[in-house]
Order: sequence, then C-alpha cells, then structure tokens
Amino acid sequence: MMDAGHFEQLRGFLRPDQLLTSPEELSVYAYDGTAMLHQLPECVVLPENTRQVSNVLRWANEARVPVVARGSGTGLAGGSVPVPGSLVLCLVRLNKILEVDTRNLTLTAEPGVLTQQISDAAAAAGLFYPPDPGSIKISTIGGNVANNSGGLRGLKYGVTRDYVMALEVVLADGRILNTGTKCVKDVAGFTLKDLFIGSEGALGVITRIVLKLIPKPQAKRTLLALYDRMTDAAQTISAIIERQIIPCTLEFLDQTTIACVEGYAKIGLPTDPDAVLLIEVDGHPVQVEEQAAQLEELAAVHGARQVRRAADEAEALRLATARRSAFSALARLAPTVILEDVTVPRSELARMVAQVQEVAQRYQLRIGTFGHMGDGNLHPTFLTDERNEEEIARVEKAMREVFEYAVQLGGTITGEHGVGLAKKPFLVGALGPVALDVMRRVRKSFDPNGILNPGKIFD
Amino acid sequence: MNAPASGNLIQSLDYAVIQQCMHCGMCLPTCPTYALTLRERSSPRGRIALIRGIADGRLEAGRAFAEEMYYCLGCLACQSACPAGVDYSTLFETARAEVERTGALRSAKRSAIRAFILRRLFVSKKRLLRLGRLLYLYQRSGAQFLVRKLGLVRLLPGSLRSLEPLTPVAQARSTQQLFEKGLAQGNPAQPRYRVGLLSGCVQDLVYSQINADTIEVLQENGCQVMLPPAQQCCGSLHGHNGELETARALARVNIDAFDPEHLDAVITNAGGCGSHMIHYDHLLEGDSRYAARAKVWSAKVKDISQFLVEIGFRAPRAGQPQRLTYHDSCHLRHGQKVWAAPRQVLAAIPGLELVELKEADWCCGSAGIYNITQPEAAMKLLDRKMENIRAAGVARVAVANPGCSIQLEYGGRRSGLTVEVVHPVSLLAAAYRAEREGV
Repeated sequence: MMDAGHFEQLRGFLRPDQLLTSPEELSVYAYDGTAMLHQLPECVVLPENTRQVSNVLRWANEARVPVVARGSGTGLAGGSVPVPGSLVLCLVRLNKILEVDTRNLTLTAEPGVLTQQISDAAAAAGLFYPPDPGSIKISTIGGNVANNSGGLRGLKYGVTRDYVMALEVVLADGRILNTGTKCVKDVAGFTLKDLFIGSEGALGVITRIVLKLIPKPQAKRTLLALYDRMTDAAQTISAIIERQIIPCTLEFLDQTTIACVEGYAKIGLPTDPDAVLLIEVDGHPVQVEEQAAQLEELAAVHGARQVRRAADEAEALRLATARRSAFSALARLAPTVILEDVTVPRSELARMVAQVQEVAQRYQLRIGTFGHMGDGNLHPTFLTDERNEEEIARVEKAMREVFEYAVQLGGTITGEHGVGLAKKPFLVGALGPVALDVMRRVRKSFDPNGILNPGKIFD
Repeated sequence: MNAPASGNLIQSLDYAVIQQCMHCGMCLPTCPTYALTLRERSSPRGRIALIRGIADGRLEAGRAFAEEMYYCLGCLACQSACPAGVDYSTLFETARAEVERTGALRSAKRSAIRAFILRRLFVSKKRLLRLGRLLYLYQRSGAQFLVRKLGLVRLLPGSLRSLEPLTPVAQARSTQQLFEKGLAQGNPAQPRYRVGLLSGCVQDLVYSQINADTIEVLQENGCQVMLPPAQQCCGSLHGHNGELETARALARVNIDAFDPEHLDAVITNAGGCGSHMIHYDHLLEGDSRYAARAKVWSAKVKDISQFLVEIGFRAPRAGQPQRLTYHDSCHLRHGQKVWAAPRQVLAAIPGLELVELKEADWCCGSAGIYNITQPEAAMKLLDRKMENIRAAGVARVAVANPGCSIQLEYGGRRSGLTVEVVHPVSLLAAAYRAEREGV
C-alpha cells in the first residue's frame, strides 16, 4: 500500500497534474480492454519524458512499489490492468514522432504515439508501416511493442517485432538502456531488444522506439467472398496457401460476427452467409491483378456464393475498418464479450474451427468467431454475461478445452494479445516447466525486486 | 442489479445501458475533450466508468464527477465511433440530471443563470423574441458600439466579459412575422407533402432568414409548409443540461402544436434541435398520454437536407461559381447520422465546388451553451477548427446548426480569417432564386 509519504516523495519530481490520486481518477484506470477485470491502482503518474520515467522507476524500485505501465489501455489480456497496491505509469503524454528518416527508411517515436499516427506519418513520406492491430486508431506504439501486436497484415508482412530496429528502455532500477541501431545488420552482443518486444511491461519501460519502414505497395485489391458453408471458406483458405499465394490480408468472419459488424458499420454487408472471407492482395499492379483473378477463381471453385471486388480504395478501407470493429461490435449481442486468441498451424485450421463449434455446443454457449485465417490466428469470442456466475463457469471450462486442443495441434494459447492475467493460468500447460523456468530467471535478472507488472504472465 | 435507492437517477437507469460499454477504447481518438487533456476521465470510456462506479455504489456523484460531466461537450462523436452501440446520449443526460438532483455544483450564481436561461428564457418563445427585439435595438441603435467603445464591457463578470464579442446579431423580424407577411402565400395549391417547420429559438432570433430560405425551398419542392404559432423551444438545451422534466413539458407542447399525425414530416434545419426531437419517443415513453404520439412524432422528424434528399429534391438549374467547405454539426452527424444529405444538397448546386474540411466532424466548441459554461475548452476547439478552415483555403463554410454558425462567425473575427458562414439550404434557395431571375 502506498501512503501520504509516498505521494509526497513523488511530488518532489512531478508537477501536480502528473500525479493522480482521487477516487474518480483512479477508478478510470482500473481496467483495460479486457472483460471482467477491475483493480484500482494507488495512484496514476503521467510522465512527459524519459528522465521522469527513470525517476519514477528508481523511486519505485527503492520503495518496492509495483509499477504497471500502460498506454491507451486497450489490452485484451489484462496486461495493462493495475495490480493491487500499484502505481500506474501512463505513457500517453510521451506522444511525439521524433523523426522520419527517409534515407534509412526508419521512424523514431515515443511510446505514447498512436499506431494510426505512425502509419499516417509513414504514408505521408510515401512509406509503409504494416502492423495494424484492430485497435490501430487508439493503441499506442509502446503498447504494440510491449505486446508484439499483430493485426490484419501479419500473413504477408509479419508483426510488430519484424519492424522494431532499436529501443530505449528504462530498467527497473531507473537506468536507461539503449538496444539496437538503425543498421539492418547488427550482431554486437545479445539482441536485447528482442527480449523487450512482447515483454508486457515485465522487463522494463520502453521510452523510445526506432521502427523500420518499407516501400508502399503500388497497388492493392480487396475481395469479399461469401459462403453458405463455413467448411467451404476453410477449404478456400487451404487452396490459397497451397497455390502459394500470400495475400496481405486473409480474414474470416462467421455469420454472428458479420451481422454485428453490419449492425455497426452499415456498409451493405449481407448478413446471412455462414462465413465471409475478406482478402487483400498488394504489390506490383500486374501481379496484383493476376492474383486477384486467381483468388476469385479459387473462391468460386470452392463454393463461394458470391465474390465481390471493392470498387475503390474508399470501399476497401470501409471493409477493413468494419472488420477491425468485429470484437467490439459483438458486444451488441451480449453484455460481456470474452475474446480468445488461439493460433494453430494453418494446416490445422479447419479442425480448430470445428472444435470451437463443438465445445460451444457442448457447453451451450454462444460464440462468434472471426480471425486472421491466413495466420492461423482465431478469435473465438464468448458472448456471455458476467453477472451470470453459472454461465461464466461454463465459459471457463470451455476456454480451457479450446486452449488445450490448440496446444495439442501444435498451436499456442495466444497469437497476438499476450498473456497478462487472462491467459496466465494456461501458460505452463502451453510452454512446459523448462521454458517457464528460463523465463522466470530472465525476469528476475531484469527486475530483482519484482516491481514491474508483478503477477502478470506468470508468478 | 441495483434497487433504485433514494431516487438516484443513475442507479435507477437500466444497468444494461451501462454494461453495453466493454471499454475497448475505440471512442477515445474521436473525443475532443480527451484530445485536450489526455486524461482518461475526460474520455467517453472514462466517463462511462465513472457512471458505472456510481451505479455500483463505489463512487459518489460529487463535485469531480459533476465537473467532468459538464466538461463533456455532448458532441456524441463517441456514439458514432462505438462499435458496441453504447447509448452515450442517455448516459450523459442521466448523469447531468443526477448532478442537478444532488446539487453537486450548486451555487447562487449558477442557479440564477440556469434558472434564467433554462426555466425562464428558453421555455417561452414570446419572452425570447422580446429579448431578441431588445438586443436588435441595442445593436442597431449604436448602443452596443458605445458600450464597447466606452469599455463598459469591463463591468461584466470575467467569464461573461470574454464572451461578449460572441453575442450574435439579432434579426429585425421573427420567422412568424416573415411567414405571415408573405411566405405563407408561397404554399403550393396542390401540395405533394404537408410539413411543419420548427422555427427554433436561436435560429429564429439570429437566423430567421435561414427559416425563410427553408420555407421557400420546401415550397419549391411541392411542400405545403405549416408554422404552428404555438410551438416552443424543442427542449434540447434542457435535456442536455439536466432539466429532463422541463424537456418533457416542452416536448408535449410541441406535439400538441404540430399535431404530427396530420403531417408528412416535422422539419428542422438545426442539427441540435433535430437530434433532440428524434428522441421525443424515448423522452416520453413513460407518459401514458403522449407515448404513442411521441412515437409518431419521432418517426416524422427530419432534418431539412435529409428530407430533401428523401423526396428527391429538384436540382437547381442556375447557381454562382463558388468554393466552400462544410462543417458537420455534431448533433446532425453523430446525433442523427445525417452527413451525406447536406453534402448532396450542396453538390446539386451548379458551380459549387465542395472542399472537404479536415476533421469536419470534430466539434467546433459551441455545443449548446458549452461555450458559455466552458469558455477555455470551447476556444481551444474553435481555434483548432479555424486552423482547419484556413487550411481548406476557402472563404465560405456551410453548416446546418445555429450554435455552430455563431461560434464559427466569432471564430472568424477571433482568428482574423475572413469567412462567411452559410446554411446549405440558404445556398439552395439562392440557386432557385438565381434560376427564377434567369441569372
């Protein structure tokens, strides 16, 4: 527990508006984007530069006060929900893009910059920053790095990790570490930056990020394929991969999800197909046209009821934006939506989808499934009500079965949301004791006093 | 979940409305006040969390809560952004009503101002128009000039003093006078539609010409226009400021005055009024005498642009070459989801080039009486808006809400940017006139 003396010490190096302690202020930092998690912090600190982050961590390390770093609080596994007795370090005021380097094709930013702003700044320089998590409009780049966020373009362009060239990180004791350079090749010592990517705030606090940018694809085509049977959609995906076409986006939405998305976006999506695939190919104009034609043919051969091409960039953008709203739009159907993130090798997708449906049926639960089919990354979403304890118990049992099955198929319990609190109970089952032991020792060496997001990921 | 304890309006609210927010954060980047503070409490998600805290009995509806609810613009941009379909408007109005019930912000001065504006002025159009007449005489007689020159403005209290330049110019004639002295004769002999027009309060006082233009345009498109003399303020000001009972009383008066069962549409040309009037059904759902009529009413309320597009208005054959931009009134765009129609009306005018405004759907800071209650935030938002207008490189802005018009006209004076503010329907009326005159 923090006391008045602690706040007094913090005020020694923070302006009054940078330290929030009132019940109202605390109550609005008690959650992130995850369902059913609520924990009040002791205080919230809004630093404005690396120096202040360093001062806060040095102080917290000495005072043994747990620190939970966060950006916009859109996490989906509870990684940015406070832990009991904690100080929330909210990094949204570190929100400057420091440089767009067109000679080296890099962008340097503070962690509180929104992902959309990164994407826009790259585009303004004629370049491309591909990672685009569903929450791109509000998620911060610091949060993306700390969670190694994915998105709709993972299939062709990879995830956040593939674009991080260098980091400035404040360590638990307040020291400032720089790792990585703008160099394409750099093997001087261990690649420490890779440890911080996806570390969920448990190894350090990221305060500056150098990102790799790539040339903007010259052309893009967006297709929408509608299916009366989900299995036909799944077979189309296998056929696309087998044909060695790598679309930049290959998204799947089931009927429940489509109806919700249309309810929100109102862009004229038919709401009766059993499944919809949203496919985007990009690259050289000639190749894009050729692949689009091949995709249309593959979809038709595998039983698509209809294949539509987006007429223009604006329509393509509307479709992608609608898809990004899927998770939140499902909340139209139920008070509580619990989003899962299992991922399997692509060859096992059809089995995984079938298993999710079977489990839902057996436990009498409603789920909407959508996801990045091209990546093998599924988001089965349980539609429930947190006030119904009996149903929540069934949800938990069903979730455990889904996780276990994914692991059996050679998959993982989380593809892009992280472990945080929500997946913590399942981690050891997925990784085994050796991996967990190594992780524990890595964590201990970075944070011997256990002040960084303690209780998250694993104990 | 919660038994309505001690009349707490938030605890009496259907908990499902609160629970609809799954705190994903998609609303944050669209919230103008969050952009100003970067503090979660000033975001829609944060405000809903505060409301939920009160519903759950974890928080008190104290001063901090009250201030935050009045720091919200009520622009409803969050409602457009929300994939989960949260009814923020209800949450926000209930929260403000609870603030008024508990008196968390009560002070003699605030009560006096609120009583004057909400319970005296904006419940009687007669009184309002009389004040308008005084304002007109004050402005036209040179008295305003003298007061400004002699520095008498300094006698006003600080917060009002800074707003004095915002005072709009009152018109000589009310819409009713214009209607009775000529416009009514323009009604077609064999109308395609019978419509009633809400002449509004501020619209009537400051922009009665826009009402006249609206009537002309409707008549041009085969509508018989009624202007019920018994109509009153729509009540939006009251609804948004925690005076739900007064808002209900005004809604009943208007339903009686318009008799919506015998109209094809109830037309408004003010985004703020329309956004409130489409919810009379919700407002009066507990009123056994009016609930059914309120449903009829809500189904028939149409913004002028929306109605014109729906009936397939006639594109004028003449017009002046002009470049302009369009600013979305929040309550037209987010409250009524009407954004394409006004653009379609503009696009139908020959010679008109529409330049899209950056952040067109971002609040200008007017927000009802927000620029009076929160001048600092309102001016920051206005400056941001004027900067975008400057970047659009046009000398004319079309907008369909009187509050925005006053704010943008003031913004022009404040920023030194020469900008004319017009209603889309006035441009359409001008084009029809040009056509008749053979220009």
